Amino acid sequence: MTELAQLLKDFEPVIGLEVHVQLATKSKAFSASGIEFGASPNSLTDPTVLGLPGSLPVFNKAALELALKLGVATGSQIRAKSRFARKHYFYPDQPKNYQITQFDEPLCENGHLDLIVGGAVKRVKLQRIHLEEDAGKNTHVGAFSHVDLNRAGVPLCEVVSAPELTSSEEAAEFMRALHRLVRWLEISEADMEKGHLRCDANVSVRLRGEDRLGTRTELKNINSFRFVQNAIDHEIARQLRLIDSGGRVERETRLWDADLGQSAPMRSKEEANDYRYFPDPDLPVMVVEGALMGNILRSLPELPVARFERYQKIHNVTADDARTLISDRALAEYFDAALEAHPKDGSGRTIANWMLTELLGALNKAGITIAQSPMPPQRLISLVKLVEEGTISGKIGKEIFEESYRTGEDPAAIVERRGVQQISDEAMLWAVVEKVVSASPKQTTDYQGGKDSLFGYFVGQVMKETQGRANPVMTTDLLRKRLGR
Amino acid sequence: MPSLTRKEVEEIALLARLHMDEAALARMESELGAILEHFSSIAAVDTTDIPPMTHAVPIELPLRVDVAFPSLDAADALRAVPKRDGDLIVVPAIIAGSGE
Amino acid sequence: MSGVELWSIADITRRIAAGEVTAAKILTDTIARITERDGELGAYLATDFEGAQTAAALVDAMRSANLPLGPLAGVPIALKDMIVTKGVVTTAGSKILDGWSPPYNATVVERLRAAGAVIVGKVNCDEFGMGSSTENSAYKKTRNPWDATRVPGGSSGGSSAAVAAGLCTASLGTDTGGSIRQPAAFCGVVGLKPTYGRVSRWGIVAFASSLDQVGPIARSVADAALVLQAISGHDPLDSTSLAQPVPQFSESIAAGVTGLKVGLPKEYFAGEIDPEIRAALDNTVAALKEKGAEIIEVSLPHTELALPAYYIVAPAEASSNLARYDGIRYGTRADASDLLDLYCKTRGAGFGPEVKRRIMLGTYALRSGYYDAYYKKAQQIRALIKRDFDAAFETVDVLLTPTTPAPAFAFESKATPLDMYLGDIFTLACNLAGLPGMSVPCGLTKNRLPIGAQLLGKPLDEATLIRTGAVIESALAIGAPP
Repeated sequence: MTELAQLLKDFEPVIGLEVHVQLATKSKAFSASGIEFGASPNSLTDPTVLGLPGSLPVFNKAALELALKLGVATGSQIRAKSRFARKHYFYPDQPKNYQITQFDEPLCENGHLDLIVGGAVKRVKLQRIHLEEDAGKNTHVGAFSHVDLNRAGVPLCEVVSAPELTSSEEAAEFMRALHRLVRWLEISEADMEKGHLRCDANVSVRLRGEDRLGTRTELKNINSFRFVQNAIDHEIARQLRLIDSGGRVERETRLWDADLGQSAPMRSKEEANDYRYFPDPDLPVMVVEGALMGNILRSLPELPVARFERYQKIHNVTADDARTLISDRALAEYFDAALEAHPKDGSGRTIANWMLTELLGALNKAGITIAQSPMPPQRLISLVKLVEEGTISGKIGKEIFEESYRTGEDPAAIVERRGVQQISDEAMLWAVVEKVVSASPKQTTDYQGGKDSLFGYFVGQVMKETQGRANPVMTTDLLRKRLGR
Repeated sequence: MPSLTRKEVEEIALLARLHMDEAALARMESELGAILEHFSSIAAVDTTDIPPMTHAVPIELPLRVDVAFPSLDAADALRAVPKRDGDLIVVPAIIAGSGE
Repeated sequence: MSGVELWSIADITRRIAAGEVTAAKILTDTIARITERDGELGAYLATDFEGAQTAAALVDAMRSANLPLGPLAGVPIALKDMIVTKGVVTTAGSKILDGWSPPYNATVVERLRAAGAVIVGKVNCDEFGMGSSTENSAYKKTRNPWDATRVPGGSSGGSSAAVAAGLCTASLGTDTGGSIRQPAAFCGVVGLKPTYGRVSRWGIVAFASSLDQVGPIARSVADAALVLQAISGHDPLDSTSLAQPVPQFSESIAAGVTGLKVGLPKEYFAGEIDPEIRAALDNTVAALKEKGAEIIEVSLPHTELALPAYYIVAPAEASSNLARYDGIRYGTRADASDLLDLYCKTRGAGFGPEVKRRIMLGTYALRSGYYDAYYKKAQQIRALIKRDFDAAFETVDVLLTPTTPAPAFAFESKATPLDMYLGDIFTLACNLAGLPGMSVPCGLTKNRLPIGAQLLGKPLDEATLIRTGAVIESALAIGAPP
């Protein structure tokens, strides 16, 4: 059997994702019952959710607005007139035995999602984003299944990527980027544990250089970043081994079992699916008016990947730090507020450093989020300035940070009170250097005789004399001057 | 338009989840065949560039303000359920893959 | 027959307001008549006398307290069983909904209650509104009050039979392809299908969503106008409900037809029509002319395509709307050990043959690969039919046609489903185009079977139908059944 790594030299995986995003509305997509995770079974229904005879759908405006936000944020073309269609299949969690979704006239098409792969931005095409309703939940208990319809009718956006992801890492990154974006824009709470983001993957492999796509399989039920990566890796390996052993990939749907770490084909019925899509006669054409689009466009903040690039290009932040800063909108907002309080060129890197090491460290230790930070950006900046201006050393700065974080006292005031300002007065430092050198004749002779390692001794003595407040750069310069080398 | 075969009748009956016995399927085949035959005239109508009329009157989708109203009591929602276990609806085990 | 059972709505509301009679008394007489006559007629599937008594008592209490009474205060009304009524069994004439007691009311029910109407019960219909004789009801046979060997028409056969026989003052029917107008014609009463979107469909068991409308069946145009008034108007629970002002329909009753342009679509008079119906329509034309209307021949060239277009669109939508009947959340459930079996057996046993036929036809038409040739094509033809009407209404104000090609037929007299469908040729186009339509009695055959004249109007112009219908009614009154 050929090694997988060898096979991957000849073959290239091609992955497309379909991600269902639960929209953060208060009520369902087509009726007014509420949405709540963990509510008691079948307590969030109404005639429409239950598919009772005579019930009708009326679409939720907030769901449209959230979908439009996502459409605009992904640079999609927004259809001025889109339509709901019915997709038919019988299943107990689907009360009408059809799903209201969008078919050939979806709300958004031809957008893109920007991924950060290895510090660089990769743009992945989105074929479409459409609106639809969620189904209820089935639980299997022996010979029976139990149906809870609380989730039925919850509004979803289905985001469909083009098949242009080439590794499981990229696929996981796609999920992360989408997760970040929908949280950033408050389109979805995007709580993975609650199934707010659910992913299906279409996976195929082809010989490198080949234009045509290979036969794909559809992986269902991969609902965490880790599962996406594991399930796709597993499927790529399965397909490559199959081909290597002379077999052929069958077009099928496979269900990922995270516990077993493997996928199995979903048993297919004797019949082929035929969803019999047709425009829903209960729902007229959905018209997106200019005014609504205007509101959406005006309300859109700077997007995470744009900030990722700005932080690096304009503010000199490292790629790693920039990535961390955009992992959460509140973090980025904090950083931007800090930049605003200290608009000095090139300070970004230093600010990011203080934020991500000292501040995040303290917040994590306290188990709170950046939004709950006791230290506002302006105060962090006042500390950063004290260090930058040389009033205190970086080492002292960390102590001052700790105290200011704990007490809320302004860093400058702490420095003043504790008298820990750095000594940068040349004459004053020269006097200290004089004193130290005169008091250490042996060391002076040895050093001047070539024993370089003694330089640290002199620096230490100066620091000792000044309780660590001596400006280290100046101290070094003056010592070299005094010692003659 | 092709005429309807018995196999197609059976496929459609399965798609529509309608159990019919042999006699009913045979009757369906001939009745549907006759109806479709009668309707074959529509194929000849020139409908080039005629947009399909999906709604009887031209209106736009109204949008509902996102406010949650109290739901039905589970008791009311479930009163008509033929088989239940507490507040859950019970159905025969779902064979993985029979739907979505 | 005399007394309360044939009073008009105006009679009832005026006399109650004047204190000449109580709502309770009117209800008691109506219940007595139902008890006496319905065993033979077979109109009612369920009665709600208790609920009716409460409603009547409320009217009487309001009258005693000198509070303003609603426009239908104390009027006994029956509802087609396609209309969802909270706590009152609603079956749509189907076994699959046997015993279903809904947890909510249709908007039309709420509006009737608000108008003071006294809802006495639910009346028979073809299963899910699919049929033209009410023979497709899973529950009972409803007879034509004019001739018990004949059908009352359908699918709102119970509604029109009950009204004609005086077992209620007025009723609501639903009309997807003529289901209000055809039984109204067969039973010699007035039936009005409003413009699509005029009346809310919330709580109306769906047959074909883009065609269904609720409307009144009554013994006079004036009564129909009053009931229509009460149920019309925008409903935020129905996305296809029109946000258009509702005129005062009763003001049109006495407007007359002087100067009105009445179109006779030649295609509707060209085919096989019973000679007695042809003659009755000639009389109708003469009466309108005499009252000052201008009669103009018009053409609706795509008329013959209405039948195939309808019998593709309606079953397609029905196959989708009826997918929900699976015995899981409500209704009857068949014994089955696996899920597929549960679906197939529940639906196989729960639906009657005509419903199965239409589900099959609709499923066929929506299959991938067939969609364009059937469903899409039919919807395009629908657009052509609508264009015909738009063109005709540029020259005329209203169209006059026979409602049916023949009067009420005998039970089990249609040999094939197609024979039955062919009886609907005059009523289908109205639904496809979303127009308002009305059937008004315009004569009797020599065997004393009612004949209906159909009026078709511009969108939202029910007023002109009412105006014209009132003139026909006063000129050609047929009286009550024996």
